[in-house]
Amino acid sequence: MIVIGERINGMFKAVGQAIQDRDKAVIQDLAQRQLAEGANMLDINVGTATADPAGGMRWLVESVREVTDVPLSIDNPNLPTMKAGLEACSGRKMINSTIGSDAALDTFLALAKEHNAMIVCLCIDDKGVPVDVDGRLEIAMRVLAKAMEHDVPIEDVYIDPIVLPVKADQTGPGKVLESIKQFTMLSDPAPHIVVGLSNLSQGSVDRKLINRTFLTMAIGVGLDAAILDPLDTELMDAMIAAEMLMNRTIYSDSFLRAYRQK
Amino acid sequence: MALEDPKEKWSSAVATVRIGATAAEGGTRSREVVLGGETTLPFLHFEGASPNMPVVAMEVLDCPPRDWPEALLKPFEDVIGDPAAWAAKCVKDYGAEMICLRLEGTHPDSGDKSPDEAAKAVKAVLEAVDVPLMIWGCDVDDKDNMVLPACSQAAAGEKCLLGTAKEDNYRTLTAACLADKHALIAESPLDINIAKQVNILVSEAGLPLDRVVMYPTTGGLGYGIEYAYSIQERGRLAALTGDKMMSPPVVCQVGQEAWRAKEAKATAEEAPQWGPPDQRGPAWEAMTATALLQAGADLLIMRHPSAVAWVRKVAEELSRAA
Repeated sequence: MIVIGERINGMFKAVGQAIQDRDKAVIQDLAQRQLAEGANMLDINVGTATADPAGGMRWLVESVREVTDVPLSIDNPNLPTMKAGLEACSGRKMINSTIGSDAALDTFLALAKEHNAMIVCLCIDDKGVPVDVDGRLEIAMRVLAKAMEHDVPIEDVYIDPIVLPVKADQTGPGKVLESIKQFTMLSDPAPHIVVGLSNLSQGSVDRKLINRTFLTMAIGVGLDAAILDPLDTELMDAMIAAEMLMNRTIYSDSFLRAYRQK
Repeated sequence: MALEDPKEKWSSAVATVRIGATAAEGGTRSREVVLGGETTLPFLHFEGASPNMPVVAMEVLDCPPRDWPEALLKPFEDVIGDPAAWAAKCVKDYGAEMICLRLEGTHPDSGDKSPDEAAKAVKAVLEAVDVPLMIWGCDVDDKDNMVLPACSQAAAGEKCLLGTAKEDNYRTLTAACLADKHALIAESPLDINIAKQVNILVSEAGLPLDRVVMYPTTGGLGYGIEYAYSIQERGRLAALTGDKMMSPPVVCQVGQEAWRAKEAKATAEEAPQWGPPDQRGPAWEAMTATALLQAGADLLIMRHPSAVAWVRKVAEELSRAA
């Protein structure tokens, strides 16, 4: 399971403040704590904390790079901010994200090729999020065809079926699970499949329970990456157990501790 | 059109373990042996690196062997009962690059030698040969817990490989290895879950994984080698895909298991149709070893000089990049 730590996000109050104050220590501490809890990559999202998102993104990326060389996921919908993040990021990086329309894919896949970056492709096109599984599959197939066209390796492509708040549409999670199952059969090797987990429980109570229950169900049908909060210990424990139950890791009596010793 | 090799991409490597301290490190070995370090499955040169050849350690007992057949005793007939002379013969006459001193004589049913006597045997072997040494107890936990710390101390600073630590008996030996700067064999009973657990336990006790060699238990050819093979293979796949706790290199008890088989030890009178025992036994041992090499074994403990020579030749040929 590829864990992309979500905590460096300008939408969090403390992070937003740190971006405004250019307070590196807060950001670097968040980076190190997420890595210690098992994050494999870190998401970097400048949010709306600053009037200069490109400058804020550049500062965030450079601050985090001082303390770790794990891949950084540059999380922004706007091209100038994305480019600023990619250029500031030495080492491995991820474009997070592009929608799955032809024009957006052409732009962002070319950027992925240029920067040798991984890329998250959302199952959204010009018409929005598809209402059914077939619509998501259609976009996923377009993504893979476009990736080949742009010579971006399938191993670097992360397809996001789009998780919407369960409170808004209770049929959504089931459709996402079915989509994940079908995505695994789209190519060989299969593309990575990623979700932004926390969105599922937006506006709900018992958010953590909802998040971790869905995560284990999604792992059961083939999810292999997630943007989530690695500081949520129960969530991480559930994820580690789900991977073990799917025989993706070797059981031992100390399997939880063993995972964290990676 | 050229056909490309289908390559797997592995994310990590087998741990590298160094056995034997040279003068530069305060020991008296003429050279060290290096185990592990692979970044691919065995002998797939096109896909990744196998920087260190598999190593064969020749087995030496601290007492006359009880159940070795004539064909196996013959190459050692002039040195049996004298572990130092036996070890020297293995190195000088048979080119052993490592010795495994098996403290069979400390077993309560097989001489019950004292920790002192065992420590003396260790010292004598260290003086007689300058190759790295492996010290294996008698596999009775209580006795090993007395004998092995004494041997560890007698060999302090020589960076030997001591065994074995088990899931319910690892603290004493781990502490001895830590104190005297040795490496440790972590044993599990043909069970991959326990193999991982023992590695976790010894690493939590403070021993770094680059001083651990896994012994997942060996099955002999015809007597369960498939189980040993599939466990080793699964462990190796886990190591190469990032499971740090499965990363230590693997040791196999080849001689012990191969020579237990009736196909190896039956006399010419018992089984005339099977061919001469002095060829059949070594062939059985060598076949067992080569199968285990394919499963990813890094260190083989072997007995018959002919089998050792065959296996070394096979390993060299397979290790040669195409």
